[in-house]
This record gives sequence, C-alpha cells and structure tokens, in this order.
Amino acid sequence: MSNILEVQNVVKQYGNYTALNNVSLQVPKGSIYGLLGPNGAGKTSLIRIINQITMPDSGVVLLDGEKLKPEHVQYIGYMPEERGLYKTMKVGEQCLYLAQLKGMPHEEAKKQLKYWFEKFEIQGWWDKKIQELSKGMAQKIQFIVTILHQPKLLILDEPFSGFDPVNANLIKDEIIELNKKGTSIIFSTHRMESVEEMCDYIALIHKSNKLIEGKLEDVKRQHRSNTFEVGVLTNNIEGLMVHLTQKFTIGQTNFKSLNDDLKLEVQLGEHSSNELLSILTQFGQVTHFVEKIPSVNDIFIQTVSK
Amino acid sequence: MSILSLIIKREFIAKVRNKSFIVMTFLGPLLIVGMTFLIAYLSSVNKGEIKKIGVHDTAKVFVNDLKSNKDILYIDLSSMPIEKAKDSASNGYEGLIYVPVVQNVDELAQKTVYISDESPKMEFLSHLQGTIEAKLNKENLKKLGFDADKIEKAKIKSDIQVAKFSGEEGIKYLNEIKIFIGFAFGYLIMMFIIIYGNMVMRSVIEEKTNRIIEIIISSVKPFQLMMGKIIGTSLAGILQFLIWILLGGVIMFAATLFMGQSQEPVATAQMSAEQAELAMSFTAKIQMYLNEIPVATILAAFVVFFIGGYFLYSSFYAAIGAAVDSETDSQQFLLPIIMPLMLGVYVGFITVMNDPHGTVATIFSIIPLTSPIVMLMRIPFGVPWWQLVLSVVLLYGTFIFVVWFAAKIYRVGILMYGKKPSWKELYKWLKY
Repeated sequence: MSNILEVQNVVKQYGNYTALNNVSLQVPKGSIYGLLGPNGAGKTSLIRIINQITMPDSGVVLLDGEKLKPEHVQYIGYMPEERGLYKTMKVGEQCLYLAQLKGMPHEEAKKQLKYWFEKFEIQGWWDKKIQELSKGMAQKIQFIVTILHQPKLLILDEPFSGFDPVNANLIKDEIIELNKKGTSIIFSTHRMESVEEMCDYIALIHKSNKLIEGKLEDVKRQHRSNTFEVGVLTNNIEGLMVHLTQKFTIGQTNFKSLNDDLKLEVQLGEHSSNELLSILTQFGQVTHFVEKIPSVNDIFIQTVSK
Repeated sequence: MSILSLIIKREFIAKVRNKSFIVMTFLGPLLIVGMTFLIAYLSSVNKGEIKKIGVHDTAKVFVNDLKSNKDILYIDLSSMPIEKAKDSASNGYEGLIYVPVVQNVDELAQKTVYISDESPKMEFLSHLQGTIEAKLNKENLKKLGFDADKIEKAKIKSDIQVAKFSGEEGIKYLNEIKIFIGFAFGYLIMMFIIIYGNMVMRSVIEEKTNRIIEIIISSVKPFQLMMGKIIGTSLAGILQFLIWILLGGVIMFAATLFMGQSQEPVATAQMSAEQAELAMSFTAKIQMYLNEIPVATILAAFVVFFIGGYFLYSSFYAAIGAAVDSETDSQQFLLPIIMPLMLGVYVGFITVMNDPHGTVATIFSIIPLTSPIVMLMRIPFGVPWWQLVLSVVLLYGTFIFVVWFAAKIYRVGILMYGKKPSWKELYKWLKY
C-alpha cells in the first residue's frame, strides 16, 4: 500500500525552541491514522506544516508522492482544534466562501452544500448568522466546511470536542463513512477510546520527537507484557497459589464474571501460556483465560513517563 | 474567480453590510452639515447681543468719535464723577472707557484706560486704539496747520494687478487658495489612512479572536489574505467617500435653498445673504483659479500618493492587528504610526505655508512616511518633476519593503495567542 502522506526528517525551530526534531511519518492511503502526544509535544506544529501554514526548517513532506506545493491545499481538509467562523457572516455565504477558497467552483460548492445540509437536516440555517447558532450547531457547520471539497486527506484536531454525545456519534459515523470511500484521515486527539475504536495506525510524538509509529496491532504486540487474566473455580486455592508462584508473578485483578471464581493476573515470564493452563486445569475448572492486551492509554502513559 | 478577488469581495461586502458603516455613511454628511449650520446659528446668536460700554470723557476728546453700531452701544457717562461712573458701569455694562483730563492731548495715546472685569476682545481693543490714533493724528495735523479733510481726500488707495511674464493676467490670493487645496487633500489622506487603517486592524483582530484564521490560511497564503483585506477595505472606504461627497453636495444645496427662502430674523437673513454673495463670488473665483492651478496634476498625484500612502500605512496596521490579541493592546504600537502622520500634517502646514519650496518642506515631501501628505500640499505650487518622481519611487519602494515586513509579522502573529508581544519579540518574528 502506498502512502498518502510522507513526512521526512522534518525539523522546525522557533528561535531556540525545537518544536519538531527530525520527525518522519508515513500515513498509508485509506488509513485512519492517530497522531498522539501530550500537550506541547509538537503535533500542532506538524499539522501546520502539512497544511503549509508554516514551512519546515529542513526536511520534506510528500503528499501522494509529490512534494508539497500550494495547489495541494485543495486535497487537504483541516479542522483545527481551535475552531471558528466569521460570526456576522451568514452560514450559506460563509460555506460557499470557504469552499471557493479551497478551489471549488461556485456551482459545485452550492450543490455539495445542499447535499450536506439535507443530510444533516439543517436547510433552515442557510440564512442565519453564525452568532445565532449554538456552539454545537456551529461545530456541525465547521465539519461540513472541512469535508465539503472532498479532500483526499482529512486532518482532524480533536474532532469530538464541543459535540454532545449524539452529535459526536453522528460525526464519527461520517468520518468512518468517508474513510470507507477512500479518504485518508489523520486524527489528533487525547481521547484514547476513540483512537482504540477507530484508528488503524498510530504515531506518538513526545517532546518534539516521534517515539512510536506503526499499525495499531503491531504497536500493541510490541508493548505486550505477556500477562494473562485468568479465572478458575477451585477448592484448593492455597495449593494452586504455591504452584503458580513457583513459576510466575501473580497479581490481583478484577473482571466481570458470572462465576464466583478466583481472579488472577499472571505474568508469564519465560514460560509459555500452555504451562500456565496445565497448572490451572490440575486444580479446577478454568472459567476465564485471556491475554491482557495493552490499551493505547497504557502505551501512551508508559511511553511518555519513561 | 481568483483567490485574491474572492477575499477582496468578502472583505468589501463584510464592511459595506456592517451596520455602523451604513449608519456612518448616511448620517455622516447630515452630521457635518448640521454642525456647520449649528455653528453659523450660534455665532449669529452670539453677535445678536448688544454690549453696553460706558465712556467717561470730561474733555469730550473722543466721545463723538466712538460710534455705536449693532454690536456695541457707547453711553456717555461724562456728566457724573468718575467714581460714580465706575460704580454704575460695573452693573450691566461690559466696560468703561476712561479718558483722563490732561494738559496735552497727545498723552491720551498712553493714558486712556479701558476698565472691565472681563478681558476685552483683541478686535475691540484694536478698534478703540485705531479710533484714538486717528483722532489724535487729525488733531496734530490741525495744530501743524494742515487741513485734515484735504489730506484725507488726497489719499489714494492702490489695488495692484498681478501678471506673469507670459502676459496672462494673474490672480491675487492664489497662494491662499493653493494652501487651502493642498491642505484639504493632505488632510483627507491622513483621515482616510487613520480611519480605514484602523478598520483593517480591527478586521485582522476579529479573525484572530474568532479563530477562523487557521482555517483561512490553510487555504490561502497569509500574504494574499492581508492584501485582500487591505484592498477590500479601501474599496469600501472609497465607496463611502463617494457617497459622502454626493450626499454632502445634495444636502448642502438643499440647506442653502431652505436658508435663503426662510424669512427669519433680520440678522440671519442678512447673514445668509452675505454668505450667498460670498459663495457666489467664491464659485466665480474658483472658476478663475481652475485655470491657474495644475488640477490634473493634483488629481493624478492625489490618486498615486493616496494609494501608496494608504497601502503603506495599512500594512503597518495589519501587522499590528496580527501581533495583538485585542484592540486595547494595540495602543503602544499605534503611536509610532500616528506620529509621522501628524508630523506630516502640522509640519507640512507650517512650512509649506511659509515657503513651499523651502528645505524642510522639500525633505518632508520626499520622506515616504510623510510624503503623501506634504507633497500634496506642495503640488499646487508646482513641484519639480525630479522631486515628484523621487518621492513616488521612494514611497512605492518603501511600500513594497513594508508589505514584506508586515507580511512576516502577520504570518507569525496571527497564530500567536495569549501574550502581548514586545518590540523585541516582533523583531524575532521577522527571523522565523
């Protein structure tokens, strides 16, 4: 699979402060790519470089194999974290204006807008001013403006902030829908559960450096701790514990279960999961046996606090 | 449509649709005309009051020469003793002229006293002095054996004609008219720069506080946005000026008609008649002057210097708008911009009036920051071509440099939030 976006050895400095230190990324075509990192890590600087708002001091950015040039803005849709629209401008006019700035012809923009306004059932807002809309309503307009020109690459910075759960879900469905139609999406967020749910790829930037990048499963595999959660129904808890502690590191855990079983967290060490299973079966009935997969949240905190 | 024209169009429409723009455009001329008439009315009311001035002149030297008119009523108090005259004059009188009794009337030139609690008007004092001088001159001539009336008759008044070597007839007071025209154009440019430069700044700040700026500049270059803003705002301003000129003309015309017809108190009617006469002779004069004054050059220069000056200054305004978060923070940066404008107007006015081709006036008409104002003041007097060309080249050269410089600050500034930058920081931004 080829890459929609390649960032190669990008360096960006503001005075003496290095915002991006030799950062490289590959965003595969058609992926949902989670760009993670604590506040001030350099995510926004990177996104601004991709949008050609600022220029890198060194390094190159390739969009669809081509070096970034001004015409590329029409292939990118960008929703910044700090959102805003002209407050006193009418919704329809504003959408048309912003679409035309992205290089859309007037008629085409009007047609597309009609489609989206019908889809979101907001036809009545056309002649309203932004200041008359609620924050959530304005966010919807913002989203339409971002995707109206059918960009190949969509960059969303904290897309769900400001939406109520119903609208957040609506937007999420639209994002997934667009992705299915072939739009590649870069997704910068602090909400790890949406990363977990939506992203195929992730990258973690911390203190101006990229620390992790790859397919979500690969990253998780690299960060697995060989820990299993087990549940067992047994009468001889003490005997079991003696046997287990000889080979493994044992901890307490909790998970939902219908049985009144013994719940343990077992770190395998250099032993295999089969060894663990055979010990367990000797002492009772195994009701639960699952490898503990690290969540993105765990990986994030683990990596950042290193 | 190109990106730049899209931005220009939006800025233009946003300005023109703004309520305060509409209100100012249509109320502005009304306010100005209203003010003019209010001032005219107030000054006529002021003149309507008759002032009583007592005269204590026991020797009857001047009392017959002080003629009452519609503003001043002289009342002879010579019959009472001076202390009593002072007493009665202090009630209800504007003042008292005290002419002491002296041996030699010549001494009265120094010894006559005007007593009043309020400091007298310059105009009145010089009138009084003139009367005294004329009377004493006449007395002295009489003493020396001349017939004062004959001398008066022998006096001849001169009205010198002005001509050029080319033979055409010249016009007097041309310099005053030229100063007036030059000053009007220079002042107009300054006002336009301040009003619309501020509008550009406010519009930049608005985009910053609205946070739409990041979306816009992910589609267009900051430079395009800045230029679009400056041009769009100036077009709105030009439209406003045109409407003002048209409306102002119509209202003035209507008001003059109305004032001419109304049969109000005699003083006002007289005044307006005087005004009408003045206006008549003024328009007639203007017709004559038009031939004398390089109108085409003035208008062409107005356009050239106006565009150069306005673009130069509004780039500064745009950069300031980008650097700050709110209008209140902009003050410290605005001062250095308004200073050269003010300097242009005042230095220009004083030096050009004194000597349009003097060193100071020439230098200020070439320095780019003051040239749009000072050069326009000088142009009616005829400026050598090389100075005009040098001034225009410098102005546009500086304009390009300033736009480049402003664009750099603008580019960095529009994405900076939360802190009030110092001059040092602005300098650092130039290097980003």
